[in-house]
Amino acid sequence: MSEKKTKRRDFLFTATTAVGAVGAAAVVWPMIDQMNPDASVKALASTEVDVSALTPGNTLTVLWRGKPVFIRRRTQEEIDEARAVKMEDLIHPEKDEDRAKNPEWLVMLGVCTHLGCVPLNDKGDYNGWFCPCHGSHYDTSGRIRKGPAPWNMEVPKYEFVDANTIKIG
Amino acid sequence: MSDHDYRPKSKVGQWFNDRLPLLTLANHLTDYPTPKNLNYWWTFGGILTFCLITQIVTGLTLAMHYIAHADMAFESVEHIMRDVNYGWLIRYIHANGASMFFLAVYIHIFRSLFYGSYKAPREIIWIIGIIIYLLMMAAAFMGYVLPWGQMSFWGATVITNLFSAIPLVGEGIVTWLWGGYSVDNPTLTRFFTLHYLIPFLILGLVVLHIWALHVPGNNNPVGIDVKKPSKDTVPFHPYIVIKDGFALLMFMIVFAFFVFYAPNILGHADNYIEANPMVTPAHIVPEWYLLPFYAILRSVPDKLLGVVAMLSAILILAVLPWLDTSKIRSAVFRPLYKQFYWILVADVLILGYVGAMPAEGLYLLIARVATAYYFLHFLVILPVLGFKEKTLPVPLSITEPVLGGSPNLAAARNKESKIE
Repeated sequence: MSEKKTKRRDFLFTATTAVGAVGAAAVVWPMIDQMNPDASVKALASTEVDVSALTPGNTLTVLWRGKPVFIRRRTQEEIDEARAVKMEDLIHPEKDEDRAKNPEWLVMLGVCTHLGCVPLNDKGDYNGWFCPCHGSHYDTSGRIRKGPAPWNMEVPKYEFVDANTIKIG
Repeated sequence: MSDHDYRPKSKVGQWFNDRLPLLTLANHLTDYPTPKNLNYWWTFGGILTFCLITQIVTGLTLAMHYIAHADMAFESVEHIMRDVNYGWLIRYIHANGASMFFLAVYIHIFRSLFYGSYKAPREIIWIIGIIIYLLMMAAAFMGYVLPWGQMSFWGATVITNLFSAIPLVGEGIVTWLWGGYSVDNPTLTRFFTLHYLIPFLILGLVVLHIWALHVPGNNNPVGIDVKKPSKDTVPFHPYIVIKDGFALLMFMIVFAFFVFYAPNILGHADNYIEANPMVTPAHIVPEWYLLPFYAILRSVPDKLLGVVAMLSAILILAVLPWLDTSKIRSAVFRPLYKQFYWILVADVLILGYVGAMPAEGLYLLIARVATAYYFLHFLVILPVLGFKEKTLPVPLSITEPVLGGSPNLAAARNKESKIE
């Protein structure tokens, strides 16, 4: 067999494999992507909540995209406590001013950033939240202070539609 | 082995066997020479096969009544318990069968650890076994989600969130696993599909596991190779079949005790409360068979490293044949390894205990020490022991200690050579 013929074979072999691989990937991708959130799940993107009945020092828990959202009307002490914390003391440094634009209202996903449990209100060493699953302590701004969780509880996109209504998402 | 010269007696048998040698296979499995000194710890392979078939049969029948939908799953399980004829029995067998399956597999694994069954030339059998064990954990976890109780829901949430520890792509993977932004109906339906699939994957791997076993043959309590098949072995049937059968009966007594007298003792009361995404139960605990690994997860204060430690604790077993440097298989002839073996057993039991306790104070400290020791055993003690340990003399053949019956090896050897 001449050298030229061998090279031609090699080329055909490589080209066939490459086309086959692209074809296989094109078929595999829909099989993988079908598991991602579907259109009906994505459609439930926002929720409006009436918070007129909420008094200071209380928390309302609502469901948004299948996850609980804490809406906390904070007392002045809680706000002062959250704002007095030094950035050096935080595991995931975020200013309370950035997390609660309107200091009286703290809106965040009630999901522990460790493994997704719902933390308990008014518990833990920092007077905020405590996750019963693996012992993460959050402060009055929902920031992680102690325990295995890596981040602060997430603040979702939200806005006040009017004085008594919050739109989440 | 008489594989190659086997010929069925009947004409029909010969005709069939020439076209598909199934009868040759059956003959191989019947005549398969088995070391004659196998003890009852070797009966768990058969028991595990029974467990797998039990789970498949009860699972199939449950699937005829179960509805995989977030709004109906919980009710359909109650429907099985109250309305379906013998539904309670089938479900209790299936639920407790999972625990029995793990009980048997842990004994089977620790048997291998004691007698060095994972060592050359049986590494592939061992690795296939570890893959089966991983699939069992996946099947058990997803099965536990199906009743859609509080523990189902929050167990699913916690375990799927383990993947969020992966840097950069973690959150995306979790959303993909869920098919949404939280554990919900899409999660339930795909878990049901996979829970249905995995037992058949396990069945396929069990075939490979046994095939790989039949290449070198069984290890045995003295851990030496078969020297003379005619003297050291007995045919699988009837000797081992009867022994396995007797052990299986004993095992079924334990099984039946749980099914009929304590069907819920291994479960959690919280799972009789329907899933509620707004409230996490005060104390989330996995099923007992996952507790040691759960303790390892919680003993590490960092999220990513905790997940890495937990996975490593399982995957480290796959490389065990190369971590154990000792040439001697059986712990019977390894006085130091034997002690470390029992310390490891105690260590895993302690991990299991603290895994069920809250992760705080003394429990957390114990979990950390036990986790450190677990890795120390595999990564330091085993490799070093192979070089340092002074092992006892192993017998010349499997028959020798059987015939000798005395600590005087020289006398036993003389006796054997006379018989030869």
